[in-house]
Amino acid sequence: MSVLAVESLRVKLPIPGGDVTIVDGVDYDVQPGEVFGIAGESGSGKTISMLALLGLLPEHSTVEGTALFAGKELIGMPRRELRDIAGRDLAMVFQDPFTSLHPMLTVGRQLSEHVRRHLHLDRHAAEERAVELLEDVRIPDPRAALRAYPHHFSGGMRQRIAIAIALACRPKLLIADEPTTALDVTVQAGILRLLDRLRREQDLAVILITHDLGVLSSIADRVSVFYAGRVVESGARGDVLQHPRHPYTRALLDALPHPEAAKERPLVAIGGSPPTPGHIPSGCSFHTRCTHAVDSCRVDVPELRAVSDRRLACPVDPFSA
Amino acid sequence: MTTVPTAIDEPPAASERRFWRPPGFVRFVLRRLAALVLLTLGITAVAFVLTQLVPSNAVATNLGEQAAGDPAAVQAFKHHYGLDRPLPVRYAIYLDHLVHGDLGQSSLTHDAVTHDLGQFIPATGELALYSVLFAAIVGIGFGTVAALRRNRPTDHLLRVASLAGISMPTFWIALVALYVGFFKLGWFPGAERLDPGVSPPPSVTGLYTIDALIAGKFSLFVQALHHLILPALVLAAFNVSLLTRFTRSAVLEVIGNDYVRAARAKGLPERVVVVRYILRAALPSVITVLGLVFANVLTGAVLVEKIFSWPGIGQYAYEAAVNLDVPAIAGVSIFVAVVYVTINFIVDVLYGVIDPRIRIT
Ligand SMILES: Nc1ncnc2c1ncn2[C@@H]1O[C@H](COP(=O)(O)OP(=O)(O)OP(=O)(O)O)[C@@H](O)[C@H]1O
Ligand SMILES: [Mg+2]
Repeated sequence: MSVLAVESLRVKLPIPGGDVTIVDGVDYDVQPGEVFGIAGESGSGKTISMLALLGLLPEHSTVEGTALFAGKELIGMPRRELRDIAGRDLAMVFQDPFTSLHPMLTVGRQLSEHVRRHLHLDRHAAEERAVELLEDVRIPDPRAALRAYPHHFSGGMRQRIAIAIALACRPKLLIADEPTTALDVTVQAGILRLLDRLRREQDLAVILITHDLGVLSSIADRVSVFYAGRVVESGARGDVLQHPRHPYTRALLDALPHPEAAKERPLVAIGGSPPTPGHIPSGCSFHTRCTHAVDSCRVDVPELRAVSDRRLACPVDPFSA
Repeated sequence: MTTVPTAIDEPPAASERRFWRPPGFVRFVLRRLAALVLLTLGITAVAFVLTQLVPSNAVATNLGEQAAGDPAAVQAFKHHYGLDRPLPVRYAIYLDHLVHGDLGQSSLTHDAVTHDLGQFIPATGELALYSVLFAAIVGIGFGTVAALRRNRPTDHLLRVASLAGISMPTFWIALVALYVGFFKLGWFPGAERLDPGVSPPPSVTGLYTIDALIAGKFSLFVQALHHLILPALVLAAFNVSLLTRFTRSAVLEVIGNDYVRAARAKGLPERVVVVRYILRAALPSVITVLGLVFANVLTGAVLVEKIFSWPGIGQYAYEAAVNLDVPAIAGVSIFVAVVYVTINFIVDVLYGVIDPRIRIT
């Protein structure tokens, strides 16, 4: 059984002068113990689709669809019920460790307050748990770190702390929203290795969001590619990243610095820019930037269909094997 | 296919291992304290210059016309009080007197200025205390509620109310309050700290409400409080509005932060999120305004004490100024300035207490 099964997730956010659709019918499921990668350009709705699960969207947002988490429907769940799941079974690490930790609260407090609440531990037990967690994420001198404040740590260390906070109650699913985007490349690698080890040790499922397919190629089991609030291609990591079939996935990969293929293939930037919410092109939202588009792409919204080893939202399918 | 960069070793790289310095909070406080002392010294210098600006008066008022006309007598007088000495020496003498609690004699009350101050400060202190307390609780509360309910009816209502509170001059509010609360409705007394003929509780703090409680005289406490309500509310009105507006914007600035979202993602109850995460982060800006509120209350006291016949430092200052009672003016100036500097010091230290990032700078 999947840890999380999301179907037809649709999110509209309020903007001055009406609602705007940010996530437009997204389907995916996450299996226990796997790293599920979500890739897509900035603004494609990755973060919003996750916030929708945790009920963290701005006021007056509308969410449709279903999201079954451990047998419970998250969409429309009352806040007080959701509060018992959030931070306990379903945890999230945010994009920017410089803003996601409270600057005026000690690391120890931020590490243990939800542990005490969710797991009903007393102060001492919660502190022991906090030390254990900091050791787990390789923070030197964990006991001293408990009394320190976030600004005492570098970005990489802060993200380790944020991960420790997220894992504190042994969640079933960790949503890691671009956990390395704000960090140096060398630090990034350490964080990814850490996530990879933790999920193996703790039988943890991870949703790893990124706009860097290179990150996914190292640790994701399965990958979904988002474009303008929709999934355009999804499947096993090897299939999707080694033999991309959607023109957008291919373009994303071509835009990536390629150590092995550097000599043969030049870097290709994707022409045009991603559509902004409220100005999504008709038909296939990628058709304006797609070199393989045919007339029907401008009219028909492509469905995400199962094709051989994956799911694909491109009827043209120019790269079919 | 690409892979993640190769130098992957799980323990954090050395460059990442930057760690923290020992908390320098004591050093921080000491530095602020040194600044406090220097500022206070500066204030005494200003007060000293003030007393020196009217030197001929000292001769005239102290010697009488006959003697003032006699150069020898004037010379003797000046010598006796060190008035013929160089300025720095006179300042040193002044400081010496100051340290020994000697601010000179008020030409109006013919009492030592320090005695007068001791008489009037507690009355103002009590008024200011209740006023600031009320403004802080109500203003911060209103501001928080307005921010959490932004663009809803509650927010609009509070915005209109605070705008009104800020635009209405205090003397007008005072007169209306006096007219309605005392004259029309008769709900509140209109003057003084206690009813006529009632003697104050034995003085411990000088604050009647507290002294009454210490003495166990509950009815006296109620009476003192009853007298305080109207002037304290009038003094607070502007400051409630000020705090409401500043707290609202401070909270709004914090509310969209990632760490607030992260706190909710941890499943913390809304009450904890608001108090520990949002208000905590908004507090530094609020405290700045709170310092300002203190200053406002002291300034406003002159007017409000006059209108409510409140026997406080404001009235004393007013009389001193009108009658050119130089030692009294200097004494009040030093007192008020020291209060301001102390408030600033407290605000600075509170910043450090609240925001650990400030302590190391
Ligand atoms: N509160 C909001 N109100 C209106 N629009 C919003 C709001 N938050 C985000 N958006 C819009 O929703 C779109 C999707 O945002 P989202 O943060 O999900 O993107 P993302 O895929 O996570 O991108 P990134 O890689 O930059 O994090 C963006 O175009 C953004 O402008
Ligand atoms: Mg994002």
